[in-house]
Amino acid sequence: MPVIGTIFYTFLAIVAVGSALGMLINRNAIYSALFLVLNFATVAVLYLSLGAPFIALSQITVYAGAIMVLFLFVITLLGAEKLPGYEPIKGHRLVAIVLAFVFIAELVLFFFFRNQVTGPIPLIGPEFASPKNIGVLMFTEYLLPFEVVAFILLSATVGAIMLTKPERKVTTKLSQQQD
Amino acid sequence: MPLGYFLGLSAFMFTVGVLGVILRRNALVIFMSLELMFNAANLVFVTFASYYQILTGQIFVFFVMAVAAAEVAVGLALMVAIFRTKRSIDIDQMSSLKG
Repeated sequence: MPVIGTIFYTFLAIVAVGSALGMLINRNAIYSALFLVLNFATVAVLYLSLGAPFIALSQITVYAGAIMVLFLFVITLLGAEKLPGYEPIKGHRLVAIVLAFVFIAELVLFFFFRNQVTGPIPLIGPEFASPKNIGVLMFTEYLLPFEVVAFILLSATVGAIMLTKPERKVTTKLSQQQD
Repeated sequence: MPLGYFLGLSAFMFTVGVLGVILRRNALVIFMSLELMFNAANLVFVTFASYYQILTGQIFVFFVMAVAAAEVAVGLALMVAIFRTKRSIDIDQMSSLKG
């Protein structure tokens, strides 16, 4: 691997890890959301380097564009960017961090101790994951999941509207007669 | 680039997401940590799609994104509804069901 590639991937890894940690540590929820946007953009660049341009651009539009704007909107709507800081259970943070280290150690050990040799990721031409190929696959082999996902999105939209609708006063016939 | 680079990065991001769910008390930040975990899983999907030269992994990432969008819409609507009744989104205060 040439030096420039190593520098590129190291830089991306540092930005991704740093923005994830920034999201975790920052006390202000708005800064957390902005760090998460940076993380999504970095992962989108990784997708591009893996030869997945369609997924990379959907990541930018759907995650960084739509979902995070919704998050920022709700944070500012509720005025809930900061909560008073205290530790509800004693030793809660220490135990959580120890558990996280155990979890990541398990993952690393699994990667090293399975008996299968992994090579480098092969170079991929632009034709492999072009939007045309993805569209053809999605509308032939994966047509049923596509329709199901469309229905899930529709029902989620209806559910969100129903949940946030302000409660109307129930006007029964009895109360109308009393008026 | 070796496979381990992407898998290690994804594992670290997933762990940070788990830590966010365990540590933070702001329900919105917990939702963001969930998104981070989705993102880590998607990175593994795309990595193996490139590694084995099979396009199915990328299709699944697309489906995961759509379902995550639906989940966020419903989840944020629930947050707004909870905030209306409790005036807070601290998850330690959502203990009305506790006996």
